[in-house]
Amino acid sequence: MSKQINVALIGNPNTGKTSVFNALTGLNQKVGNYPGITVDKKEGVCKLPRGVKAHIIDLPGTYSLNASSLDENVVIELLLNKNDKDFPDVAVVVSDVENLKRNLLLFTQIKDLEIPTILVINMSDRMDYKGISLDIEYLEKELNTKIALVSTRKNTGISELKTLIADYKKLSTKGCLNASEIDKAYFENLQNAFPDQLLYKLWLVITQDVNFGTVERQEFDSLEDFKTKSKADLKRLQQKETIKRYQFINNVLKKGQTIDLKNAKDLRIKLDRILTHKVWGYVIFFAILLLMFQAVYNWAAYPTDLIDEGFATLADWVKNTLPEGVFTNLLAEGIIAGIGGIMVFIPPIAFLFFFIALLEESGYMSRVVFLMDRVMRRFGLSGKSVVPLISGNACAIPAVMAARNIESWKERLITILVTPFTTCSARLPVYVIIIALVIPDGRFLGLSYQALTLMSLYIIGFLTAIFSAYILNKVLKIKSKSYFVVEMPSYKFPLLKNVGLTVLEKTKTFVFEAGKIILAISIVLWFLASYGPGERFNDAENIVKTESPQLSEDELNDKIAAHKLEYSYIGIIGKTIEPVIKPLGYDWKIGIGLVTSFAAREVFVGTLATIYSVGSANDNEDEDTIKNKMAAEVHKDGTKVFTLASGISLLLFYAFAMQCMSTLAIVKRETNSWKWPMLQLITMSVFAYIVALLAFQFLK
Amino acid sequence: MQHTIAHLKRGQKGIIKDVSSVHIPLKLLEMGCLPGNSVELLHVAPFSDPMYLNINGSHLAIRKETAVHILIDIVI
Ligand SMILES: Nc1nc2c(ncn2[C@@H]2O[C@H](COP(=O)(O)OP(=O)(O)OP(=O)(O)O)[C@@H](O)[C@H]2O)c(=O)[nH]1
Ligand SMILES: [Mg+2]
Repeated sequence: MSKQINVALIGNPNTGKTSVFNALTGLNQKVGNYPGITVDKKEGVCKLPRGVKAHIIDLPGTYSLNASSLDENVVIELLLNKNDKDFPDVAVVVSDVENLKRNLLLFTQIKDLEIPTILVINMSDRMDYKGISLDIEYLEKELNTKIALVSTRKNTGISELKTLIADYKKLSTKGCLNASEIDKAYFENLQNAFPDQLLYKLWLVITQDVNFGTVERQEFDSLEDFKTKSKADLKRLQQKETIKRYQFINNVLKKGQTIDLKNAKDLRIKLDRILTHKVWGYVIFFAILLLMFQAVYNWAAYPTDLIDEGFATLADWVKNTLPEGVFTNLLAEGIIAGIGGIMVFIPPIAFLFFFIALLEESGYMSRVVFLMDRVMRRFGLSGKSVVPLISGNACAIPAVMAARNIESWKERLITILVTPFTTCSARLPVYVIIIALVIPDGRFLGLSYQALTLMSLYIIGFLTAIFSAYILNKVLKIKSKSYFVVEMPSYKFPLLKNVGLTVLEKTKTFVFEAGKIILAISIVLWFLASYGPGERFNDAENIVKTESPQLSEDELNDKIAAHKLEYSYIGIIGKTIEPVIKPLGYDWKIGIGLVTSFAAREVFVGTLATIYSVGSANDNEDEDTIKNKMAAEVHKDGTKVFTLASGISLLLFYAFAMQCMSTLAIVKRETNSWKWPMLQLITMSVFAYIVALLAFQFLK
Repeated sequence: MQHTIAHLKRGQKGIIKDVSSVHIPLKLLEMGCLPGNSVELLHVAPFSDPMYLNINGSHLAIRKETAVHILIDIVI
C-alpha cells in the first residue's frame, strides 16, 4: 500500500476551510459564518481517484504566517515543523472569491515555504452576485499553481480538487515572488550562515517564537546570534514584506480579476445600517436574546412534556414487568429516571444550540462583538468575549475554547476564568427540579414565579461572570498587548444543513456524555448504598425490630431500608460530610448529590433518585416521580428537607460552584497550567458555599 | 494638522498615508491597511469606539486607540 498523502487546509478565517474539509471527508465538523469557528486541528480521510487515500487536516484560519493569537499559532507550528507527523505533502490554500486579494497574501507566504500548493477559490456561487469574473488560466500561470474553483454550497469543483490533490507531484514548488529583495544584504548574510535552510523559513523563525520539537530546535539554535536587528527594525522589515507581497498580488489581480461594480450587490451595508446602529443595534440584540429565552422555556415545553411522560411510562412498565426487588428499583427509578431526567432537556438544549448556530451562521455574531466591545472592555474583557459568554449558556467547554481568537492574553485569560459562571445546560436539570419543588405557583406581571426564578438565575450567572472579570482585571498584574481587530463577514443565509448538524451533534454529545456518567455513577452508588460494613448494617433487621416492635410490616420494612442506607458505605460517607453542609440546610443525601455533582452537575437528580429508591422498601407505588420523592423527604424531626430556604441555598450553590471536571481539564489545557483551573475550583466553590450559607441562614 | 482614521466622520473616505507606528498590529497591515489604500468609516459604536471600517474592500472593526495611530489624508 502506498503512503497516505497528508493534505493541510490552510486559509484566512471564514473562507470555508471546514466546509471544504466536510465535503472532502464526509465528516460534519462545525461550520459558521464567524472568523474563528475552528480553533484546533481536525483530521479526516478522503478517498482520491486511483485508489489513493488522503489524510486531510482542517486548521484554524490565519491571516498570515505571522501568528498573533493561539489558534493561528497551530498553523505555523505545523508548517515549520518538518518532523511533525501531519506535516503536509500538499497545502490546499482555501480562499474566498470575495476577498481574493487579502487571501492571496497567505498564499504567497506558503508558496515561499516551497510546499506543493493548490489554490481553492471557494464561494464561487457568489461571483455573479458580486459581479466578479476571473481569468483562471492567467492566475494559475502567474501564481505558479493549480486552481480549483469550488462552491461547497452548490457542491461544485470538489471532484476537480480531488484530482488535483492526487496529482500533487506535478505541482510547482517555486515561490511567486522574491520577498528577500526588501533588504538584500541582510538576507544574503542569513542565507550564507545557513546554506542548507530555506531562507523564508529562517525569516519566520527569527520573527516569531515557535515551539519546535527538540530535533528542530537544535538546528536553529545558532539563529539566536542572528537576531542582530532590533525588534522595531524587524517589524519594519515585516511591514515592507507585506507591502511587497501586496504589490505583487495587485499586479496579478489587475489582469486576472474583473469586478463589475454595476452588478455587485451589497446586503451587508444595508443591514448593518440597522444592525450596528447605536440604538437599534442594541434593541435588536436584546430582542434576540429575549426570543431565545422564550424559545428555550416556553416553546420547548411541549416536546419536553412528551418525553417526560414517555419515560414515566417506561419506568412503570419496567416495574410491573420485571420481578420485584431492589435491582428493579434501581433500574426503574435510578437509571431510567436518571436518564429520563436528562432526556427531558433535549428540547431546550436543542433550541439553545439552534439559536447560537443561527447567530454564528448568519454572520450576526461579529456585529454583537462590535456592539459589545466597549462595554466589555470596562470589565477587562474583549468584545470577542461575547462569543464564549453566550455559548457558555449551552456548555462551558466549547465556550472556553472559543476564547482562543482573543488577541490579548489577559483578556483571554479573564474570559476563560469567568465563562464557567454562565448558566450551562447541565445546571438546567437541577434548577428545574428544585424550582418546581420550592418556588410557589403564582404570577407576577404575567410571568410565573418559577419562570422568573429561572430567568434570575441566568442573569445572576451572567452578572457574576462580568463582575468577577472586573475584579480579576484589577487584581491580575499581567501586561499584554491589547489590540482588537474583528472582521465583519458578509451576511449569509444560514444553511439549514449546517445549523441542523450542529444542533444534532451537540445534543447527541450532551445526551451521551451525560448518559454515560449517570449510568456509571448510578451503578456505583447503588452498590455503595446496598452494602455496608459491620453489624449495624448487616443486622439492621433485628436492630430495628427491637427498637420499634409495634410497627406494621410495611412501616417496618421501610424503616429497615432507611436504617440500612444510613449505615451503608454511602451513608457513612454522607454522614461524614454532613457537618460541613448542614449549615447550608442540606442533609447527608443531598451531600452525596453534591459530591457526585463534582463529576458533572446534571448527575445530581439521578443521584438522589438512586439514593431515595434504595432507601425505601416500597416498590409498588405507581408513578412515584423523583420530584414526589424529593417533596416527601423529611428530616429526623419530621420537617421537610426541601424548603424555600434550603432550595434557594441549593440553587445558588449550583449557580456558583465549579462542579465540572471536564471544564477544569479544558482550562488546564487552554492556559497550560494547573494554577488557573485550581484557582477557579477553589474560589468558585468557596464563594458558592458562602453565598449558599448566607441564603439559608437568612431565609430559614 | 495630521489626520488619522479617528478623525473620519461616518461615510467619509480617506487614503492611508502612514502605518509605521508601533501601535499598529502587523495583522492590520496584513488585512490591507497599507499606505495608498482607501479607508471608509461605515459605522461607529457609541463614543465612536470601536470603528467599523472598509479598508481596501475588507470590512473590519478596530478600536479607537488603534485608529488614532493610522495617518490618512481625508478625501471627501
Ligand atoms: N455562499 C457560500 N457560502 C459558503 C461556501 N462555503 C462555505 N460557506 C459559508 O462560509 C462560512 C464559513 O465557513 P467555514 O467552513 O466555517 O469556514 P472556515 O474557513 O472553516 O472558518 P474558520 O474555522 O472560522 O476559520 C459559513 O457560513 C459557510 O456556510 C460556499 O461555497 N458558498
Ligand atoms: Mg473552520
